[in-house]
Amino acid sequence: MLEVAQNLGLGFSVALSPAVLFYAFIGCVIGTLVGVLPGVGPLAGISLLLPATFGMDATRAIVMLAGIYYGAMYGGSTTSILMRIPGEAASVMTCIDGYAMARKGRAGAALAIAAVGSYVAGTASVVGLMVMAPPLAQWALRFGPPEQLALLLLGLLVLAYMSSGSMLKALAMAALGLLLGTVGIDQMTGYMRHAYGVVELGDGLGVVPVAVGLFGVAEILATAGAPTPPAVIRPRLSELLPSRQEWRDSAWPIGRGSVLGFLIGILPGSAHIIASFVSYAVEKRLSRRPQDFGHGAVAGVAGPESANNAATSGAFVPMLALGVPSGPIPAVMLAALMVHGVAPGPLLIHNQPALFWGFIASMYVGNVMLLILNLPLVGLFVNILRVPYPYLYPAILVFSILGVYAVNASVVDVWIMLVMGVLGYVLRKLDFETAPIVLGVVLAPLIELSLRQSLAMSDGRYSIFLEHRIAAALLAFGLALVLLNLYTFVRRGLDWRARLALAGKGDSS
Amino acid sequence: MSVDRVSGIGLAALALLVLEETWRQRLPLGSLANPGPAYFPGVLALLLLVAGVALSALAGAGPGVASLSWREWRHSVAIFAACMFCAVALERLGYRLTIFAALGFLVGVIEEKPVAATVVFAGALALGTFWLFDTLLRVPLPRGPFGL
Repeated sequence: MLEVAQNLGLGFSVALSPAVLFYAFIGCVIGTLVGVLPGVGPLAGISLLLPATFGMDATRAIVMLAGIYYGAMYGGSTTSILMRIPGEAASVMTCIDGYAMARKGRAGAALAIAAVGSYVAGTASVVGLMVMAPPLAQWALRFGPPEQLALLLLGLLVLAYMSSGSMLKALAMAALGLLLGTVGIDQMTGYMRHAYGVVELGDGLGVVPVAVGLFGVAEILATAGAPTPPAVIRPRLSELLPSRQEWRDSAWPIGRGSVLGFLIGILPGSAHIIASFVSYAVEKRLSRRPQDFGHGAVAGVAGPESANNAATSGAFVPMLALGVPSGPIPAVMLAALMVHGVAPGPLLIHNQPALFWGFIASMYVGNVMLLILNLPLVGLFVNILRVPYPYLYPAILVFSILGVYAVNASVVDVWIMLVMGVLGYVLRKLDFETAPIVLGVVLAPLIELSLRQSLAMSDGRYSIFLEHRIAAALLAFGLALVLLNLYTFVRRGLDWRARLALAGKGDSS
Repeated sequence: MSVDRVSGIGLAALALLVLEETWRQRLPLGSLANPGPAYFPGVLALLLLVAGVALSALAGAGPGVASLSWREWRHSVAIFAACMFCAVALERLGYRLTIFAALGFLVGVIEEKPVAATVVFAGALALGTFWLFDTLLRVPLPRGPFGL
């Protein structure tokens, strides 16, 4: 422990040097901007700025890029809460209750809770990264394709089990999302699937056009022409801060989201997106008032926002400790380190202690910086709600089109967003939740690839999922959830028959 | 007919469409031990078919389709038409002209706001967002005639 403290001291001496502090600040500002703007996610932001870091030393470069990464996670919540446009795919769940809070005049509270939750989760997960990086990275390495498939299936089942509405409807939406996720070139054989001759669909449906369409565009189509369009909200200064009850309601979700996000973040795949979905589902299930979810429950903002920020730090564990990136963003950052002649891996801590501990310390500093940067901006951002809706919704549409177009410079993505907007609009009318569709689109390629890799590993034997203990345990847990739900369903049916029988007896007597 | 029953039928029809498309494209199904490119979409379409049929069959006496309100449909169609115009014109007219025209239509025609306010709003947003993304963030946006 003393050694960790000494190393952290060395890290802070690096992180608090004016030059590193400056680059951390620049990274945080750019990251927040990238997160606020829909479409320009952290991957695009980091990739765009990667060449700009070539002239810097390795510590400054990695500190700035990390600042962009978690700055984008902070900023992603802003448009989700104020406009129901997920600035980043991980902010999809924040749209649901964050926007509902904003419509109730609690936008300031939602933004403040999101900022504080992100700060707490970010800081706590840096502690996790510092103390547990090597053993956790070894554990994450045991996650091969069978374990990954089991985990992804469990994630889908948890979401369906914990959704407030019918599990059947949630599963149908997840299946629809997974189907949409299979559009494009098959990764194993190169066959084009369901692309209808559109070459651009070869890469599949992007998560951003799907999410912005299902949430942002669908919301506008449903509300802009309503007999009573959303009213102009003029938040007062006293309403900008969360109430005592809101702080109390968000304390545990922030804690749970931090732990959950960090652990999921270590695993390969789109961890920060999955972490926010799972956190939302967990909070809904554990809440004493699950009926509030979807109508402005503060836990529905605190949990997912904390989880996606904690996952950001979790993603650095295998990258720094083993030199294995767990997703595309750590992969770009790994490339940035290698450009500077630094070889990440088990020897990084010993060979480059100033870089490793400087990076860790800069994450603490960056989190404080982001909190200072974001809390005063809450008052500024909520003023967006003062704009009358006839001016606000066209502006939201412009940002949606612009953000979606900017990802790949492709009009096809704009069309996908529009089709998803109409689909989301109709599904809202028919009382379906659209979030499982987004999760399905994210998970489909991962599930399919890990299934086929697992079968390739086992020469086509499905028993591989039982032979790998972690995979078997995860699948058993998923099966238990399905059986639990079936039991509840059957019991409800029996109750109904019993009530009918009692009523019949009453009538006959 | 109840909303859930109609939804179930719709989902089942979509699943059948996907199965038909998979068969028509002659994608190799593979085997259980070695799944081909049609295997995963096929399984998912079957799952969706089962979910759709179950939803339709289990639908009780819930609210009927006639109870759904579509009062905002004219507005929704107009907004969707403006978005379609953007998708069609973006790479032909360029970002600034397209957005200016779409905003002018939405604010001036659909929302019936004064002409001066419409022009200022549409112009400021079209030029402002172009400057932010294209000039400042170096995200290339399409240009139209005369480099506009």
